[in-house]
Amino acid sequence: MNILEKLQEILSECKGEDLNISPETTFDELEFDSLDKVDIVMQIEEAFDISLGDNMQLSTVGELVSKIEEAVANK
Amino acid sequence: MENRVALITGAGRGIGAKIALTLAQDNTDIAVVDYSDESAAKETMDALAAAGVTARYYRCDVSDFSATKAVVDQIVKDFGKIDILVNNAGITADKLIMRMEEADWDRVLGINLKGCFNMVKHVTPYMMRKRYGRIVSISSVVGLMGNAGQANYAASKAGIVGLTKSVAKELGSRNITANAVAPGFIKTAMTDALTEEQKQAMYKLIPLGALGETEDIAQAVKFLVSDAARYITGVVLRVDGGMDM
Repeated sequence: MNILEKLQEILSECKGEDLNISPETTFDELEFDSLDKVDIVMQIEEAFDISLGDNMQLSTVGELVSKIEEAVANK
Repeated sequence: MENRVALITGAGRGIGAKIALTLAQDNTDIAVVDYSDESAAKETMDALAAAGVTARYYRCDVSDFSATKAVVDQIVKDFGKIDILVNNAGITADKLIMRMEEADWDRVLGINLKGCFNMVKHVTPYMMRKRYGRIVSISSVVGLMGNAGQANYAASKAGIVGLTKSVAKELGSRNITANAVAPGFIKTAMTDALTEEQKQAMYKLIPLGALGETEDIAQAVKFLVSDAARYITGVVLRVDGGMDM
């Protein structure tokens, strides 16, 4: 499973519905609140065994994928 | 209708066992989490089985962060979900503050307060995803009034109130309620050991003029986890015969 597919799974579970995301999808359109964001970050950290920190400012799914790739590469 | 699942700490005996049996009569499957050996909880486990619900025993020290994570994950594996968390596990180590050792403080705060944090911390991710959760923590009137000889216990029980209200604010948007029940003097093995004179002195403090029963606490918990209480969160429900008001 690649990073985008895993993200699709995590974001869908958090939203409680099947989301169809692409790298261009923005977080604004997904309408996650602050609690969702914390939950998502924690799930990503667990899934990829990385640490992302508390203050991520990201606008698109593609940016998040790059951030995860970077963290995985620096492990 | 599918049974709900309740995780109850300190449910091997006493108030926790009564809460477990009361919820079981309401078609709730029970995960008993207790520090004692399972044999000490045999009577409770037999009664839960007789009530016709699924009940399992998990031995765990609630003050241990990683052990509580492991036990919560195991319970979700075994039951599929956790709808209700009742933080009931608690101990006392009473001494006047002049005589209180650091270890007395750490042990009581570790089990009574950090234990609540540990369980809430590990259970709420599951509740958040289900968009449903009922958390009830057992505080004490001593946490609201203070009590000579119980600085550690009173501090831990007051801490539960702050924890409860914060969790209620953080997780309300996910349909998770968090409330506390504050028992007064409840009839237990401990109060049975008091002399008649000591009991009379206690009755003077209680407008209803009697000690409470474990059943009184269990009924309050049952209410707070029911649909009837769906709009109630962040409260401290005193069950104390009017002792503190």
